[in-house]
Amino acid sequence: MSNTHEREIDELSGTETTGHVWDGIKELNTPLPRWWLWTFYGTIIWAIGYTIAYPAWPIISGSTPGLLGYSSRGTLDQKLADAKAAQAVFVDQIASMSVDDILANDELARFARAGGSSVFKVYCTQCHGSGAQGGNGYPNLNDDEWIWGGTADQIYTTISHGARFAADPDTHINDMPAFGRDQLLTSEEIDTVAKYVASLSGLEGGVASDEGKTLFEDNCVACHGEGGAGEPDLGGPALNNAIWLYNGSLEGIVAQINQPRQGEMPAWSLRLDDATVKELTVYVHSLGGGQ
Amino acid sequence: MQTTGTRHTGAAIVLAVGALLTLLLAGFAQDSLFRVHMGVVTVALGIAAIVALRRISFSGGAAEDTSGYMDGPIRVGAIMTVFWGVVGFLVGVIVATQLAVPELNFGPYLTFGRLRPLHTSAVIFAFGGTALITTSMYVVQRTTRARLFGGSLAWFVFWGYQLFILMAATGYILGITESREYAEPEWYVDLWLTIVWVAYLLMFMGTLIKRKEPHIYVANWFYLSFIVTIAMLHVVNNLSIPVSFLGTKSYSLFSGVQDALTQWWYGHNAVGFFLTAGFLGMMYYFMPKQAERPVYSYRLSIIHFWALIFLYIWAGPHHLHYTALPDWAQTLGMVFSIMLWMPSWGGMINGLMTLSGAWDKMRTDPIIRMMVIAVAFYGMSTFEGPVMSIKAVNGLSHYTDWTIGHVHSGALGWVGMISFGAIYYMVPKLWGRSGLYSLRMVNWHFWLATLGIVIYAAVMWVAGITQGLMWREYDSQGFLVYSFAETVAALKPYYVLRIFGGLLYLTGGLIMAYNIWMTILGRRRSEKPIAGAVTAAAQPAE
Repeated sequence: MSNTHEREIDELSGTETTGHVWDGIKELNTPLPRWWLWTFYGTIIWAIGYTIAYPAWPIISGSTPGLLGYSSRGTLDQKLADAKAAQAVFVDQIASMSVDDILANDELARFARAGGSSVFKVYCTQCHGSGAQGGNGYPNLNDDEWIWGGTADQIYTTISHGARFAADPDTHINDMPAFGRDQLLTSEEIDTVAKYVASLSGLEGGVASDEGKTLFEDNCVACHGEGGAGEPDLGGPALNNAIWLYNGSLEGIVAQINQPRQGEMPAWSLRLDDATVKELTVYVHSLGGGQ
Repeated sequence: MQTTGTRHTGAAIVLAVGALLTLLLAGFAQDSLFRVHMGVVTVALGIAAIVALRRISFSGGAAEDTSGYMDGPIRVGAIMTVFWGVVGFLVGVIVATQLAVPELNFGPYLTFGRLRPLHTSAVIFAFGGTALITTSMYVVQRTTRARLFGGSLAWFVFWGYQLFILMAATGYILGITESREYAEPEWYVDLWLTIVWVAYLLMFMGTLIKRKEPHIYVANWFYLSFIVTIAMLHVVNNLSIPVSFLGTKSYSLFSGVQDALTQWWYGHNAVGFFLTAGFLGMMYYFMPKQAERPVYSYRLSIIHFWALIFLYIWAGPHHLHYTALPDWAQTLGMVFSIMLWMPSWGGMINGLMTLSGAWDKMRTDPIIRMMVIAVAFYGMSTFEGPVMSIKAVNGLSHYTDWTIGHVHSGALGWVGMISFGAIYYMVPKLWGRSGLYSLRMVNWHFWLATLGIVIYAAVMWVAGITQGLMWREYDSQGFLVYSFAETVAALKPYYVLRIFGGLLYLTGGLIMAYNIWMTILGRRRSEKPIAGAVTAAAQPAE
């Protein structure tokens, strides 16, 4: 049995062993390193102090509150209040002024742009892209074409009420007929008018035929404007430039006339306060295409 | 007296009955996932039954020699540890690549969401768990001078645990999950693991009780605390009510913040008792054996053991700082984590100082080098952990890649390296070889793995701190500067570098697999000996 092993002095360290041996493993009887022990005591003392200062020990209902009166919810509330107070001087003015007046005031406009840029990153980039460059089905906000108008006031209305957003009665609504699906035009007619539309902007495959022009004037002009110049009051996109919401090709135009896709945008006034919507407006207006 | 013949007969019967039972469960399944999952188990049990059947000897068979140590399951365990290690590292490289190149997510089975738990479970439970079970069987017999208790019980524990791994892994791919991190398997897999774990506890306790040594060696205290505590954590965290006893889905017994706290009490102590206490047990046996030196301090081992297991269990709430968890629980989670610093370091001191008088082996013995770097990473991550538990630091580090880096310096550095060391030590002895196939390959493994960890951890620190700082960046007018997508884009270069670190570590693992395989085959590579390695006996320090 191993309890017959004697305590011995380890040659290399000069320390006594405990006399236990397991499968040849011995143990030195080295005392606890002092620095280790005192650091351990130090952390315990610190822990006791910390639990006196902060909420720590559970009691029947709740816990000891701690001498510093700290609470994480309280700290959060305080920080939010401080942040709000720091911006209040600008935000209050923005809330009470029209977007045009904000744009006329350099200092306010600079603040609103910064705020709008920040909000845009949270709520708008998912569809419009982090550079507001848009994508297939999502308008680019950097260019000159505005489906629902590019003045500050029109942008404000669009952000506030969105488009085809059922929860807001003031939302922008228009409805392009499905000329192919509902058999309003024959497929030859669609082909002809699509080629005419393509010719307006010089797209490949475009043919500016008289029949096409007639079909366009009978069916499209009311919303898309004379010569396809667009009709922002009705949300009719311009067709005479190189900017396309969906696939910008002859096939894309045919597809859209056959069975149009129509996007939806949320009414942000239902989720954000008015000052924030105005900040967003100023930011979007400043992107390059604001009128 | 039991013969190997009767043991195989018994195993074949049990496996066949099991296969029949799971086939019935598949037949009466309430949902298609349960049917498929039970089908997978039926196939596995069926194959195992056939293998057992073919090994039955009808010539009566010689009585099994039960006088020595029971090393059969340990031999299989050593091989499976290496296998699961390579699988775990490979899946890790795959999920890291999926994060850098999202196009490589192939739904529904091979998305990051399903492969990530496959990676974590493969590394923690398959590689780490098999390493712990295997080495604990090896260590407990040799430090008690007693054969494993319970006859074939050790085989049941070993293969039962492998079946758990199979069910967990196939479940993740199929999309069966409780969505509890590191406890993803559903209720029926949890029940199976409970049975296996109780058998493990019985086997280990039984061996300790019939020991022929008067005292219980410190490695066994750590192994025992790991087995007992994991049983408690596993059972409580997985308390849930199945929707049907023939279906996959279950609902947790807890709700809201209580559920979150239970989960992180489990999650943190899986780190504490699985990845720390268990592997400390491994370190306490293999490091003094490989160094051929006495353990540095018996007193330190007692004090740091009890301090560690007492303090660890309270530290879980630091995973829930600044959440719905009441402030008092957050405070306690934090201060207990800070107090844990020195008890954790006790293990590091005892490991490193065991080498005093044998430091020259760092030059000559790559296995010792591996163990030393393991203990060094252990010390680093058990310092980093308490630092990250401080609320002010956690406010920056939480939910960022810093946490991922922290976990990996512990998992790759500590858990991985100490297990490699133990495998390299055990395998030649288990197969009666005079040495490893190649020590130089161990050296290669050491450098590849170390470089891999350093790259991984450093890259994740930078990524995590970048991420944390970008999330909270305000401009001079009080507005947030970055969108979430911009912070993701900023991390791409680090994600690519991480793949490189992981690849180095995986390459090291493959070299180990080859080296171990050739060692088992009894080969010896003709190579130049490592300089100075010939002087095997420790020389007294000048």
